Amino acid sequence: MNFETTIGLEVHVELKTKSKMFSPAPVTYGQEPNTETNVIDWGFPGVLPSINRGAYQLGIMVALALHADVTRETHFDRKNYFYPDNPKAYQITQSEKPLGTNGWVEIEVNGKKKKIGIAELHVEEDAGKNQHEDDGYSYVDLNRQGTPLVEIVSKPDITSPEEAYAYLETLRQIVQFTGASDVKMEEGSMRVDTNLSIRPIGQKHLGTKTEIKNLNSFVHVRDGLAFEEKRQQSVLLSGGEVRQETRRWDPDAKETILMRVKEGADDYRYFPEPDLPPVTVSQQWIDEVQASLPQPPAERREHYIKDWGIPAYDAGVLTQTKEMSDFFEATVAQGADAKQASNWLMGEVSGYLNAKHMELGQVALTPEHLAGMIKLIGDGTISSKMAKKVFKEIIQHDTDPDHWVREKGLIQLSDPAKLTPIISAVLDNNQQSIDDFKAGKDRAIGFLVGQIMKQTHGQANPKVVNQILMTEIKKR
Amino acid sequence: MISKDSVAHVASLAKLQFSEADLEKYTDQLAEILDMVEQLEQVSTKDVPVTTQSIHLENVMRPDVAKPAEPVTELLKNVPTKKGTLIQVPAIIDKEDD
Repeated sequence: MNFETTIGLEVHVELKTKSKMFSPAPVTYGQEPNTETNVIDWGFPGVLPSINRGAYQLGIMVALALHADVTRETHFDRKNYFYPDNPKAYQITQSEKPLGTNGWVEIEVNGKKKKIGIAELHVEEDAGKNQHEDDGYSYVDLNRQGTPLVEIVSKPDITSPEEAYAYLETLRQIVQFTGASDVKMEEGSMRVDTNLSIRPIGQKHLGTKTEIKNLNSFVHVRDGLAFEEKRQQSVLLSGGEVRQETRRWDPDAKETILMRVKEGADDYRYFPEPDLPPVTVSQQWIDEVQASLPQPPAERREHYIKDWGIPAYDAGVLTQTKEMSDFFEATVAQGADAKQASNWLMGEVSGYLNAKHMELGQVALTPEHLAGMIKLIGDGTISSKMAKKVFKEIIQHDTDPDHWVREKGLIQLSDPAKLTPIISAVLDNNQQSIDDFKAGKDRAIGFLVGQIMKQTHGQANPKVVNQILMTEIKKR
Repeated sequence: MISKDSVAHVASLAKLQFSEADLEKYTDQLAEILDMVEQLEQVSTKDVPVTTQSIHLENVMRPDVAKPAEPVTELLKNVPTKKGTLIQVPAIIDKEDD
């Protein structure tokens, strides 16, 4: 029996705001428990929420970047449930009229493009955090309570774990480029819940789905879904039935583990939030947000490939983050050759950042200085070997590369009138190498070049040295 | 007419426990309340748009500006048991579901 797979993804993205969704308490990360909260976050009697316009606007931004329709007239709803990290015993969310509907992203798997639909996006408040300890108690930190989230719900268009992975990566990039969120799985500013069902090919209705929760990397999502796909197949093939249950991916054991079986649908008793007036989104507001959206990554990639001759793979690397993409474009705008700028950013710059666990914004390098250095290499002022020294300087300090190489005397020696006497002297002292060369041992040239470099303290232009050396050696 | 099962279900969602006698009593009381509300159905609302509120305000929002948090020592005054600045609560049984 052959099966087809249907995957749904719910992605929570933390919006990058200064204050919370419904309270003016600050949004921070890594502070002492419960020190970044107020009475609204704690759900004290009599407190009233108020809508953070900035957060709602970031939600609109994400909706537009995902090609969704922004709902013009909407309101918030209460989702009721009891849990210690949720002191009001309800979450304010949007259920009936989500902020955006009917969006899509385009993914690519094995060279094939596919549109994945987005059913809806809604804004809501995050819950606090529970800590479970062995002393028979749990402990609650409400700092995260009220942090604005946008939840993005996919349509059942994803049919394989690889597509799920590509969808998440595409979504992450698009949202990252809007600046609405950091979208970092490792810091929890992007979180993914999945559901997967299989059915025999040709069967009309979807099979029973299982959920996997608390996944903290895209690789875990892909691997967890792949395991679940196989597990459900073997259950059905052995005549069993898939139960509706929530499972957890164990990355060490490489399997999903049962958390709980779901009996009946969740009963959250949604109703319109009476403490908040409805929200009307004007066309003008939508237009303003639309106009403020930066160029999306897919368009940038196309531009790099088509107009600047950058290979598709490289264009993909350069558009991983908006910071990198902006830096690349600014370097080219400063007059650097696009291919060279790309090579330096993907090579030395990324290598440095990875080694130091830093981000582009944390180093002294500017597009102007990188472009300046690339120009110095291009016009032969410095060798690529010297460039490594220059690079080390300009990534650590706000130094103009042109001034610096002149000050440090790192300028490449390319003048034949100066190089010829040095080369002649090296030849005079190395008759053996001349003999070896004439006897057909090309390696002798390497030795001679090495001697010339030594004499010039590495500043001779290797290309010019080679030319003069070949002319001179043939004269002997 | 509301059933006893519905009342028991709502009670369990609200983490409330009743004796059988209380359940009967509350079912009757709720039924009376719902009957009264049902009188509203006599009013024709055919041409009245659905509303989610009654105060006729919209777009009451605040700018994204953070105000300092309230002192945690003040907030913790209402917490019966704590550890450091954490709120101590009974162990959560469903440990995995965070």
